[in-house]
Amino acid sequence: MNIFDVIGPVMIGPSSSHTAGAVRLGNLALAILGEGVKEAVIGLHGSFAQTYRGHGTDLALSAGLQGWATDDTRIPKSFDSAKEAKFDISFSTINLGDLSHPNSVRFWLTGVNGNKCIVTGASIGGGRVVVTNIDDFPVEFNGDFPAILTMHRDRPGAIALVTSILSTQGVNVAQMKVFRKQKGGLAAMIVETDQPIDDAAFEVIGKLPHIQSVRRIQLV
Amino acid sequence: MEEKLSLQEWIDLAETKKISFGDFCIDFQAKELEIDKKVLLERMEDMLHVMEQSVAIGLTGIASMGGLVGGNGKKVEVYRSESTDKSVVGSVMSKAIMIALAVGEANASMGRIVAAPTAGASGTLPAVLFSLAEARGFSMGELGKALIVAGAIGMVISSRASLSGAAGGCQAECGSAAAMAAGAAVELYGGSPEQVGQAVAITLKNMLGLVCDPVAGLVEVPCVKRNAGAAAQAMVAAEMALAGICSVIPVDEVIDAMAAVGNAMSCTLKETAQGGLAVSPTGILLANKLFAKVES
Repeated sequence: MNIFDVIGPVMIGPSSSHTAGAVRLGNLALAILGEGVKEAVIGLHGSFAQTYRGHGTDLALSAGLQGWATDDTRIPKSFDSAKEAKFDISFSTINLGDLSHPNSVRFWLTGVNGNKCIVTGASIGGGRVVVTNIDDFPVEFNGDFPAILTMHRDRPGAIALVTSILSTQGVNVAQMKVFRKQKGGLAAMIVETDQPIDDAAFEVIGKLPHIQSVRRIQLV
Repeated sequence: MEEKLSLQEWIDLAETKKISFGDFCIDFQAKELEIDKKVLLERMEDMLHVMEQSVAIGLTGIASMGGLVGGNGKKVEVYRSESTDKSVVGSVMSKAIMIALAVGEANASMGRIVAAPTAGASGTLPAVLFSLAEARGFSMGELGKALIVAGAIGMVISSRASLSGAAGGCQAECGSAAAMAAGAAVELYGGSPEQVGQAVAITLKNMLGLVCDPVAGLVEVPCVKRNAGAAAQAMVAAEMALAGICSVIPVDEVIDAMAAVGNAMSCTLKETAQGGLAVSPTGILLANKLFAKVES
């Protein structure tokens, strides 16, 4: 923790968890989709579901999906800008279960090039957030580092190949987590890195054996 | 788990070096952040400019998102302007009340604010800093240094207790903001490092046990007016500390007591809107009305 965690951030009110955190969750969902959003269907859970209007959580999520920062003064008008950009956004309340954090949200996103993804995340206090599920895979990351997310077959060497590509590019792995549904089945891996992952490395990783898909998640 | 910081340790270091607590904090923070002292001060001045703009937004009298607050900062501004004889607390504190309400209202209406330490408690520090600045003509540089003192105090509270209402109740939000502002005020008035610590201890003692009970779960009622109360508490404690009054309980122990009180507090009183004012008959009525709006 440093002094700017206490004096700051500069943000649009009224709530670090329900407003600033919501912008950041939108930013992360946008980064996961990897292209501009054409359509967003958003489910709000728990406290988000109950108090979203009073906290401007809906405006903040829309702003985040348009790539705006938490202190962008256009946030209260983010719906107008979405309309102009023909970005279709709708909200409903959803029950993600008792085990979900009270400030949770699920995004069903369709991008301008037709890519789709389903992202679930939570705002866990003080503007900090965590993404907990991508396309039905449980994950856990917060966007503090550049990251890649692979969907791959659970085979020996699948992980080593990815990390070896990164190492040849001089990219240091800060932390990584692997998730699988069943042995030998489809698995997911989040690799958070100290350096951004360039286009060349990203393309090579996508063509590796066992890799089904790869996403690059880099916040500005 | 982060290492527990000690405010007394920092105070002792500053006393040994025979420098003000502000100068100690600037040296220390610049070193820790690996940035130039000048850059650190400039970044604090940027924060002060945002705070000034938040005051201006609030004083336009805008209404909040939930519609429960708005226009009260403006009311105090008008009341103050009518006649100096009218003020119960005098011009400086009256100005602090006005600023605290204005920033709290700016926050509640989706205005741009500096979370200091949180969005809900964002009115307290600007209230104390800017009202004292008007009284004594402090420069932005002096206010920036005071803001660094406030930040250092917040870091210690965060490491030993909490700065969030959800974790520690309002004592941890408005209470911490007030303690930070009290320390900043002592620094501005040339108090010793030891007196900064006394002001922090006295403030937290006077706000111990304050619960976080937001009506309808929104950062509106009672949050906005509590910022005015917190600013006043900060000034009361700073006045006592500068007069040489000491807290019987040492500052780090007071912070630990706040942590223990926060842990003992029922969850209904920690930002969940399930206790206190949130479940008063009027609180429930307002919540039902607001939720009905969401459903429709």
